[in-house]
Amino acid sequence: MTQAFRIENEGLINRAKKLSFKFNGKTYFGYEGDTLASALLANGVHLVGRSFKYHRPRGFFGAGVDEPYAIVQLFRNGETEPNIKATEQELFEGLEAKSVNCWPSVNFDIGAINNFLRIFLPAGFYYKTFMWPKSFWYRIYEPFIRKAAGLGVASTKHDKERYEHKYEYCDLLIAGSGPSGLAGAYAAAKNGAKVILAEDKPRFGGSLLTSDVNIGNQSGKDWAEGIIAELKTMPNVVVKNRSQIFGYYDHNMLVMSEKVSDHLPSTKKYHPNKRLWYIRAKEVLISSGSIERPIVFGNNDTPGVMLSSAAKEYLKVYGVLVGRKPLVFTNNDSGYETAIEFKKHGVDPVVLDSRKNSESEIIDEAKNLGINIKNSYVVVAAQGYKKVKSADIASISEDKKQLGKIENIQCDCICVSGFWTPTIHLASQSGNKTKFKEEIDAFVPGQSKQNEITLGAANGVFSLEETLKSSFTAGSELSKKITENDNKIAIPNVVEKKSSQHDKFWCVPLPKGKNYKRFLDFQNDVAVSDVEIALREGYRSIEHVKRYTTLGMATDQGKTSNLNGLQLVSEIENKVVPAVGHTTFRPPYTPVSIGAIVGREVGKHTKPTRKSPMHSWHEKNNAVFVDAGVWLRPRYYKRGNENLFEASKREAKNVRTNVGVCDVTTLGKIDIKGPDAAELLNRVYTNAWLKLPVGKARYGVMLREDGIVMDDGTTTRISENHYHMTTTTAQAANVLSHLEYYLQLVWPELNVNVVSTTEQWAGAAIAGPKSRDLLRKLFTNLDVSNEGLPFMGYMEGDLFGVKARIFRISFSGELAYEVNVESHYGNFMWEKIMEVGEEFNIQPYGTEALSTLRIEMGHVAGSELDGRTIPFDNALEGLVSKKKDFIGKRSLQRTAFTAEDRQRIVGVVPLDKQTSIPEGSHLVKDDKAPLPNPKLGHISASCWSVEYDNPFSLAILKDGKNMIGQKLFAMSPLKNKVIPVEIVSSHYVDPKGERVRS
Amino acid sequence: MLYINCPHCGMRSQNEFSYGGDASVKRPELNKEVSDQEWDNFVYNRKSLRGKHLELWQHISGCRQWIKVERDTVTHEIFRTFKADEEVA
Ligand SMILES: [Zn+2]
Repeated sequence: MTQAFRIENEGLINRAKKLSFKFNGKTYFGYEGDTLASALLANGVHLVGRSFKYHRPRGFFGAGVDEPYAIVQLFRNGETEPNIKATEQELFEGLEAKSVNCWPSVNFDIGAINNFLRIFLPAGFYYKTFMWPKSFWYRIYEPFIRKAAGLGVASTKHDKERYEHKYEYCDLLIAGSGPSGLAGAYAAAKNGAKVILAEDKPRFGGSLLTSDVNIGNQSGKDWAEGIIAELKTMPNVVVKNRSQIFGYYDHNMLVMSEKVSDHLPSTKKYHPNKRLWYIRAKEVLISSGSIERPIVFGNNDTPGVMLSSAAKEYLKVYGVLVGRKPLVFTNNDSGYETAIEFKKHGVDPVVLDSRKNSESEIIDEAKNLGINIKNSYVVVAAQGYKKVKSADIASISEDKKQLGKIENIQCDCICVSGFWTPTIHLASQSGNKTKFKEEIDAFVPGQSKQNEITLGAANGVFSLEETLKSSFTAGSELSKKITENDNKIAIPNVVEKKSSQHDKFWCVPLPKGKNYKRFLDFQNDVAVSDVEIALREGYRSIEHVKRYTTLGMATDQGKTSNLNGLQLVSEIENKVVPAVGHTTFRPPYTPVSIGAIVGREVGKHTKPTRKSPMHSWHEKNNAVFVDAGVWLRPRYYKRGNENLFEASKREAKNVRTNVGVCDVTTLGKIDIKGPDAAELLNRVYTNAWLKLPVGKARYGVMLREDGIVMDDGTTTRISENHYHMTTTTAQAANVLSHLEYYLQLVWPELNVNVVSTTEQWAGAAIAGPKSRDLLRKLFTNLDVSNEGLPFMGYMEGDLFGVKARIFRISFSGELAYEVNVESHYGNFMWEKIMEVGEEFNIQPYGTEALSTLRIEMGHVAGSELDGRTIPFDNALEGLVSKKKDFIGKRSLQRTAFTAEDRQRIVGVVPLDKQTSIPEGSHLVKDDKAPLPNPKLGHISASCWSVEYDNPFSLAILKDGKNMIGQKLFAMSPLKNKVIPVEIVSSHYVDPKGERVRS
Repeated sequence: MLYINCPHCGMRSQNEFSYGGDASVKRPELNKEVSDQEWDNFVYNRKSLRGKHLELWQHISGCRQWIKVERDTVTHEIFRTFKADEEVA
């Protein structure tokens, strides 16, 4: 394949490196440094897709971030990505892309029938039609629309690419490397400021790459290259290309997406695909430039109609002619720059200038080159379906209302310039209230809100000399404030061709008897007539017009359409544009990959994984792990072919008959020290704490101020002013914050210190009738008899040379102890327990057996303390002191909390003693009652009772106190189960609690 | 993301902090008779202020101190920050 539209001796591409790529299955060639768009244009390919609504043929409209049409599905290294702008995607060897929005193919598109039916597809069509009848939506409309339209297909595969996040701080962040960005960055860098200069394109320089100007006796492009080269050598400067600053957030936090690998055939090893930068900048210099505005005319969406600046960029940067018979349609001098570039490369353009007479240096140059210029002329309509073939043109009256005789002239592209729109997105996002600048018919930033300044074209300044002057000054002033350096920089001489005024003209009237579509929003197919309908139907607010017509709501967010839309509304409404106001600019400025936003926090990295010191022992002994908050805990230890049910039953049974050991390291632990420690506990827990002797533990329940149980656990008095508090695994962090809140803010007079020691101690619970025998052999010097270490007692001991804390506490309801050693001795402790315990038939048990043991004992845990229950509900009212005050006590007087039929914990047994009740099942009186069947309570936890060998559950049941002995139904619509049950006491095993005291 | 001046640590990003609500709420004293209305006001009733607001934050991934932050709820501007025991004048 030849690149028929590539010209010699122009462009910044690397002709030494030829690259092959595929578009819609066909192979083409381009060069390193091309974009997919420039490479396709070099091959004369203009048809790249179909429009969203009418499925009209779509070509290229821009050459960068503003592109509304050329959106493709990209295939790279076995992956696919939708919504890629061909104008931004750099070419690499083997690139593959496909058109979107067309089915079955770009050349024959079934949806294009919408184009002929467009009388039925006016503004609000989707609202009006597809809303009714509702049942049609899922069955008919949506499947059809999804197949025929859509902007590509997301990959369903796991994304193999890696994305990184980076936090950065700087003195000056500069968004955009055009003339103002370079000048600002250079001045600030010379003052020693820490500078980050970000450019979204691969090449630095912005407009300097394509404009015919001189700075300090060099071409603009060479000057830019020199500045960048110098900046790159400076240690206080970071320059980043392919990096889009897409959001301006609170307190000068800006977020930038750096495309690290998208321009390569595959991502290099250890490199991310994209890197998201969170940058906190002391000052921000917005030099985001401007985007050329289209002029609206008939069929202005035909492939071959494009922005004049884009045509110039394809020529100057990529050495590509977008046509051989160009028509330039302009209302300002910019069109002439493009025309002159064409002429210099041997192509004869025709210039239609809507202005009656205009004089400037650049127009003189065009005239001297012999370019055909027609003043007071406009394009009425483009002709051609898949590509511009000719244009209907006419003269236009001075008031821009009357068209002269229509003539048709041959052309293969129409380059449009309707003047420039400053890119004010970042300034607007920062909270800057923008203002309308009459001379340029556009909004510019107003009063700065954060530490931000907008310069150059983004600020509506289109003179290079003025831009450089203000940017050098701003860069040096802003940096001087920070670094206190004042290195004066000589502002270079600038030679640019002076421009004349632009014509305040943006829309060509329809000729009599013609009904051409004149598009405002090219991606969402919003035409002038659609906005007219919306206004006729009574929509006034620009925000409503936007949503009703979808103007500016496509992935390009109206970069080329917003202002013309506003012009139209203001014209029809007979208001000035600033009175209409613009819609809100919201981040991101351009679409950002979800992968980049997520970063490394994928899969198991979504949260930290915490492991106990005994983890490797568990692994070696066939533990099957379960997530418990951020911890990994053994759920059961698999023996042979056992399943979860069999293993946990064996483990629980062994605790009831012999002795078991469970890793309880994950329990939250808080060290509490100070003379007022007892007073703090007394205020935090519902029961009394002032008289707890040294060497004793006590069970406590703490409430939130609203009376709801927050957590429970045992706290032990280690010494006079030293307590060791345990919390549930899940609430450990919240309880610490809770204590700190009261100590720092509410009762600062209490002399107490709290600190988390969860990770400092490894814990093993030893439970079962033989646990004391085992303990005796572990601590041979200690008296661990029932008298020496009674229930809720505490002692310190020596475990084969390691200092240990021994608590006689029980969660299983059996005689039990908890041994703690410093974390790094955890594995030693565990192995000793297993070794010494062998003669007592010790077995490790996991969380499943642990649950079984606590459920059949009626001990409450997280599933009952679920943020909705008070002490009474959990049968813990005996622990609520009537004498003293504590956190949340006053709330317990609330009417609902003292109601006669208040919910309460009960036990539940299936009548058949066989069927396990799914957790979450609802308890109802009548299983046949019509829906919604009144719910009396819910199953909070279920197990297989090893004591009675039948299923047993706990439930929170309305009026539970008086329901013992009742027969109800447990219903689980999710599991499709209805189980007749009997309500029993929640203390199913050892109701008097004799075992723990034995 | 807000940038909060922890009076103990200096400027830190918001993701090091957790929000703790209205700092002007005062807990009724312990062992004091409190009416239903007073208690409701303390536990539940909060003003959703537009503008300057004194709020609590805890520097949870830093010094773990609770601090008071004077912030504009509309613009997110932070005017001043205080230690827990500092009087707000
Ligand atoms: Zn701090």
